[in-house]
Amino acid sequence: MLEVKDVNSFYGKAHVLNDLNFRVDAGTVVALLGRNGAGKTTTMKSIMQLVKPRSGTVTYKGQNITGWPSHKVARDGLGYVPEERRIFTQLTVLENLEVGRQPPRDGSTTWTETMVFDLFPNLAERRNNLGKALSGGEQQMLTIARTLMGNPAFILLDEPSEGIAPVIVEQMARVILQLKSEGLTVLLSEQNLHFAQAVADGVVIIEHGTQKFVGSLSELQAHPEIRDQYLSV
Amino acid sequence: MSPILSVRNLSRNFGAIKAVDNVSFDLAKGELLALIGPNGAGKSTCFNMLMGQLKPSSGTVQLLGKNIAGLQPRKIWRMGVGRTFQITATYASMTVVENVQMALISHHRRLYSLTSFAHKLYREEALALLDTVGMVDQAERHCAVLAYGDLKRLELAVALAHDPILLLMDEPTAGMAPQERIALMQLTADILDARGISVLFTEHDMDVVFAHAHRIMVLNRGELIANGTVDEIRNNPQVQEVYLGGGTLFKAQEDAHA
Amino acid sequence: MGLFIAQILTGLANAGALFMVASGLSLIFGVTRVVNFAHGSFYMLGAYVGYSLMQVLPGMVGFWGAILLAGIIVGLIGVIVEICVLRPVYSAPELFQLVATFGVILVIQDLALMIWGPQDLLGPRAPGLKGVIRIMGEPVPQYDIALIVITPFVAIALWYLITKTRVGTLVRAATQDREMVSALGVNQAWLFTGVFFLGCALAGLGGALQLPKGGADLLMDFTILGSVFVVVVIGGMGSLPGAYLAAVIISVLNVFGVTYAPQSTLVLMFVVMVIVLMFRPFGLLGKEEIAGEHGQVGEPERPIKPAGNRMRLLVAAGLLILGLLPFYSGNFAVVLVTDIMIFCLFAASLHFMLGQGGLVSFGHAAFFGGGAYAAALFVTYADTPMELALVLAPICAGLAAIVIGWVCLRSTGVYFAMLTLAFGQLLWSLAFQWGDVTGGDDGLVNIWPSDWASDNDVYYYIAFVLCIGGILLLRQAAHAPFGYAMRAARDSARQAEAMGINTKRIQWVAFTFAGIMAGLAGGLFVFSKGSIFPNELETARSFDALIVVFLGGVKTLSGGWVGAAFFEGIKDYLTRFEYWRLALGLSIIFVVILGPEGIVGSLRKAGERFGILKVPEDAT
Repeated sequence: MLEVKDVNSFYGKAHVLNDLNFRVDAGTVVALLGRNGAGKTTTMKSIMQLVKPRSGTVTYKGQNITGWPSHKVARDGLGYVPEERRIFTQLTVLENLEVGRQPPRDGSTTWTETMVFDLFPNLAERRNNLGKALSGGEQQMLTIARTLMGNPAFILLDEPSEGIAPVIVEQMARVILQLKSEGLTVLLSEQNLHFAQAVADGVVIIEHGTQKFVGSLSELQAHPEIRDQYLSV
Repeated sequence: MSPILSVRNLSRNFGAIKAVDNVSFDLAKGELLALIGPNGAGKSTCFNMLMGQLKPSSGTVQLLGKNIAGLQPRKIWRMGVGRTFQITATYASMTVVENVQMALISHHRRLYSLTSFAHKLYREEALALLDTVGMVDQAERHCAVLAYGDLKRLELAVALAHDPILLLMDEPTAGMAPQERIALMQLTADILDARGISVLFTEHDMDVVFAHAHRIMVLNRGELIANGTVDEIRNNPQVQEVYLGGGTLFKAQEDAHA
Repeated sequence: MGLFIAQILTGLANAGALFMVASGLSLIFGVTRVVNFAHGSFYMLGAYVGYSLMQVLPGMVGFWGAILLAGIIVGLIGVIVEICVLRPVYSAPELFQLVATFGVILVIQDLALMIWGPQDLLGPRAPGLKGVIRIMGEPVPQYDIALIVITPFVAIALWYLITKTRVGTLVRAATQDREMVSALGVNQAWLFTGVFFLGCALAGLGGALQLPKGGADLLMDFTILGSVFVVVVIGGMGSLPGAYLAAVIISVLNVFGVTYAPQSTLVLMFVVMVIVLMFRPFGLLGKEEIAGEHGQVGEPERPIKPAGNRMRLLVAAGLLILGLLPFYSGNFAVVLVTDIMIFCLFAASLHFMLGQGGLVSFGHAAFFGGGAYAAALFVTYADTPMELALVLAPICAGLAAIVIGWVCLRSTGVYFAMLTLAFGQLLWSLAFQWGDVTGGDDGLVNIWPSDWASDNDVYYYIAFVLCIGGILLLRQAAHAPFGYAMRAARDSARQAEAMGINTKRIQWVAFTFAGIMAGLAGGLFVFSKGSIFPNELETARSFDALIVVFLGGVKTLSGGWVGAAFFEGIKDYLTRFEYWRLALGLSIIFVVILGPEGIVGSLRKAGERFGILKVPEDAT
């Protein structure tokens, strides 16, 4: 469904991504693993075209989307959930959802506020609160909910478990599995191997912007030395 | 021996949220103390209060017996506290050595001089500092083109310029490759040891923390939940639960998955 | 009592246009982060376009239709400007955007001159609302009542649009995080254009609405700009209710000022602004700016080095040629070069605080004109000799800079720029309105050098020594620890504060130093010309300096005086053309988009390419 081919990305002069190559099949969850600063967020942004890759291609549903404006990528069904809970703090929960809303799209669920609140009951109680009044976990839920309002077929989740209470992390894992069961394809970036193990089918490990391992979860489990070398456990 | 830094009942509220709640600890001379905890636990808030970026809601911070809580960063610096930033802060329009000279010029209170040439002042001292962090061969390079790891080392040299008694380092190895991290932290530890400087640092990389910290404090939801040696912290069940993770959390899913 | 109420009503009526222009400016800034200095020009266009439409459209329907249409047309002109000028510079540093919008001002000025001619146009009166109604015996024009009623409707409609509709939600979201909005599937390019349309349409509407009260003239653009900035700063950037409140306060104050203190009307609003800012640095209803995202784009500046021997030789040779000028050329050249040197010092002083300190001042003429007026006043009222007046000019300018700097440096970035502009306007209004002392529009005349210096050649040498000395002093300061501290505060205030540097105080001293040098230039100027008029304090004068610094090359050490010398040199030739503003405005816009390194920067690049200059190791 998504194919990243020979992608190189830069921030100014810093070469952040070095020849990335991997694919994500429809209906699967792939975890992009690596430590802080390994290039996970840049990978996400390069797929989303928020960072334009200097070379290489990103193909989504058979279409080369490299160089597209980000809003067009989003309208094509790629949903992006940023790290660090980038919600609109000056807007209410409902307004945040409104910003994410897109027209219905063939082949993916059409989300409504009610459905989103079913998925995240905590948000329902706080629908008229300003974003800045939410707790860290609630903000993280809101970023996901907001992206779902765009009816994506594929979502990019950047570090969904970072810095939130363990209970919420568990809830996140459940949500991801539920979304998968509804047919969504997911690429998530993680540092927390436990979390990744709970939800992912496939794994991509990057280190210093370079790909070190691509394979299924069971393949990674068969090679504990890779895990020990590149991931903090 | 009396502590270098003594923090008592430090608190900071943002509205109804207690970002830092009644935190107390001491830091002894020459000690490397790590402050860890999940994101949003209050580490940055705590750090910013120690460094003067943020005023505490209550509590005291004593540096060698003098209260520094609420003082501006530049005053705290003049009292002998250095710092490095999580996201490096250097002067992009200057050369590497000029960055260090700037700190020395400020230390010697020559900032308002109009007649001398800044690039000639304290050059030897600056080069010596760059030498200790292994950057002397890059002294004349433009700061804006340095690699990230080199910026971190430059920041360290800058922080050492006024012979601090205490160094506050905010995630000193963030954004670096594993080999680089270990090298940088080893370098830091050696320098500080040689100069008898005390350090308080935050860090996400547990390899770095476990390898170098003399003592570890764990912050969770603004409260200090543990304070002890590496082994004590590693085996503390509460710390495992909120931060380190014990591997039990996703047991159920993992089983289902397999 | 009746008079009192009538005056309040007049104030409320006047607040209408001001509110519309200010809210448009605030809206555009909120989303695009561009302070549209050309906003006054759109206001002026609204008046002219409305005037023309009213000539064609008859009756009451025609009148109101013309106003609406004027708003829409101006909005569409705004769209053209946004697409052609601003889109290419959104990612450029703030200063570049401001300069680009200044180019737009010049272009619009000359286009208006071309189309509507130089004479002031008297606005037609509103059909059906030509009379007055009596309130407690006092006459109040019916049109005023109409304005009082209309403005809140516009305000409420705007408020509804922004807070209650989807578009408004998107706009507010984009104000906070543009990248995220685009990642959620919103085409932010068109959102920006839409906001620009709305903002400009509001300005145009404001201009057309005030026609029956004020008419249309070519000075409207700058006249309203000062008030609009005051309103936006007092109300709080980005706050619609704040803009309304502030517009009302300023307008009502103005009306009372006219009655009770006619000489201080313009000054009053600046006094109010300063008072408000002292207690609420972000305006009455404004929120603290959320820092972040404003990533500086473009190459970082290179490290500076004192000139090498070859360059010193070159400079010495240049100075020798300049120093011997009176021996080999005529009177015309001597006078011209005197003017050029004075302008170079003025520009170099601005460039010093802008380039080294990152302090973008839009009111630097306050110190140039301030110094000039100080000298002229001492000569006129105290018979001060030239020698002493030339010492007093920079001192007075420096004292003004201490006070103005203290207030302005409480803010940063665009707020700082707007405050400096407002203070420039304040000094201008003082000179303009306090006729008993300053001669008002007639200025102060007969300010001549002492007898020994009255010869053009002798005065040339005075200017030569002081201007070149001043420029060299500024250059030395850039290489001294002080200049480095300024750059430290600019590059990373966080690190600078953390290494014991009092960044605010450094900036304050730098601001004052630049003010002193500008004051010296002003003092020299007044004795060179023999007279001084309020236009030396005008915003346009501040812009002149800014433009030459920019065109000379901000990120170079010599850009200031090189740009000034170049433009002062060709100005004489350029201004012979009828539409030179248009040409200058267009070239500014082209430079911003195509050659942002300026003259010196481009020369340096060319020199490096052809091997004349050594390329630094780390250059890109």
